[in-house]
Amino acid sequence: MSERFVNPKIAAMPPSGIRKFFNLAGTMKGAISLGVGEPDFTTPYHVREALIDSLLNEETQYTENRGLLALRQEIAIYLKNRFHLSYDAETEILVTVGASEAIDITLRATLRPGDEVLIPDPGYVSYQPCVEMSGGIAVPVETRVEDEFQVTVEALEQKITPRTRALLLSYPNNPTGAILSDEYMRKVALFAQKHDLLVVCDEIYNELVYDNKHQTSIASLAGMWERTVTINGFSKAFAMTGLRVGYMCAPRAILDAAVKIHQYTIMCASRSSQVAAIEALKAGRENGYADVIHMRDSYNQRRRLMLHAFAEMGLDCFEPKGAFYLFPCIASTGLSSDEFCTRLLQEHAVVCVPGTAFGSSGEGFIRCCYATDKNKLMEAFRRIRAFLAVLQEESREQVVS
Amino acid sequence: MEGMKYQILEALSDDCRSTPEEIAVLLGTNSATVASMIAEMEQEKVIIRYRPIINWDRTDKRFVQAMIEVKVTPQRGHGFDAIAKRIYQYSEVKSVYLMSGGYDLIVLVEAPSLKELAQFVSEKLSVIEHVTGTSTSFVLKRYKQDGVVFDTSSDDQRLVVSP
Repeated sequence: MSERFVNPKIAAMPPSGIRKFFNLAGTMKGAISLGVGEPDFTTPYHVREALIDSLLNEETQYTENRGLLALRQEIAIYLKNRFHLSYDAETEILVTVGASEAIDITLRATLRPGDEVLIPDPGYVSYQPCVEMSGGIAVPVETRVEDEFQVTVEALEQKITPRTRALLLSYPNNPTGAILSDEYMRKVALFAQKHDLLVVCDEIYNELVYDNKHQTSIASLAGMWERTVTINGFSKAFAMTGLRVGYMCAPRAILDAAVKIHQYTIMCASRSSQVAAIEALKAGRENGYADVIHMRDSYNQRRRLMLHAFAEMGLDCFEPKGAFYLFPCIASTGLSSDEFCTRLLQEHAVVCVPGTAFGSSGEGFIRCCYATDKNKLMEAFRRIRAFLAVLQEESREQVVS
Repeated sequence: MEGMKYQILEALSDDCRSTPEEIAVLLGTNSATVASMIAEMEQEKVIIRYRPIINWDRTDKRFVQAMIEVKVTPQRGHGFDAIAKRIYQYSEVKSVYLMSGGYDLIVLVEAPSLKELAQFVSEKLSVIEHVTGTSTSFVLKRYKQDGVVFDTSSDDQRLVVSP
């Protein structure tokens, strides 16, 4: 009966595609999850200690809307050192409640009703709803395994209209693990300039790039800084997901607009978490980002382990160089992504997320997170292998009958 | 020593049952390279032995362990080595380290019972020539050993599925 009070726009919004698997997995005992989207490392101890100390020091008040200046200064140095980005700590950086808030308020601060936003597909589950809740129209742009899930200018050009206002870039990509090469990146930058687009660049996985590859920040390219909002945070690289600290960096006019929304809706990110974030960056600056490198090396080993396992199983999988996901193709089994993941969970107790949860271009693929204990991964591979054997047997029986 | 060897040692420290094939996958190299590096390190006694880490508290085995601080008089020409050798040859002695600080050697000793351990200290260790004093502390509980935490109650606290 109370449905009549719900905003029809929100009511019409489909729930996230991962919800079903979350519920299903809750009923399964002993399931191994490759469905997580966060590090399996605990936040480094010195970072947690800094947080505890801040509480003992009675640091429990609001901070400035933009976040502690000391944190913004550390962020400015960090971005300069690691990604050749120049942002002024006083006026061009805003600390947010995770990168998620930064995405939300960036879109709300920039989109006008009916503005179209180009979003490479598959992509992170929140982009489309956030665009729509901001009054914009999400326009998926197909990316293909043939291009290693890099977005091409050809595909972007096909979706451009007079209403196109922004491009939402996210590399290294969740769910595909793809990075965007410098060559592709330069083309995308020229495309954005040609059509005078705002680029919202979610760089949350920027530190997690493997085998000496790197992910260039688009705002560091000529002619891009003034049209880019760079979004990042501490969740993935510093294993601080639950502390919810992110940030957005943008030219002053855009940032001021975002600050307005932030001050009315959020006030400020948690002070304790901001203190922890300062410690993470400060220690990193002093020890060459030892925590980040240690975690990245460990992910890389498990990335190779999972790639090797899928290759042995005969599942096609391009080699992603970023994030902590593999995105193998399961089309050869004849099942849809959703069917595959549902049966894998119900019959063999392994949780994966269907590619379609991240957009229609994800059909035929599943997202597998390798940020999990090695022994659990090995057991998951054993179960997936058993499932593939069952599927093969079924298709043989079908042929016979 | 090359970087790859350190990575192999780390992989083996994590799980000494890992095969060269498995380690090669983790490190993105071939198994022949890993196997030959392991063989080299075994030859050079960099790798001395492969053994599991056991939480004896979860077994029925009854025994006591003690850390014994030992003060000794070093010997001319041999320093502490000769006396350390006399101590480590006892089968009760599991580890011996030369230490800086208020005493010279720390000796980890294991015995089936308190009585036998006390006997070891009073009848074997204390009477060795050049040993001038001992201080024995018994192990009450093991929390962490060789980097491995024994309390496994803090399992994966992450959501099973997250975006």
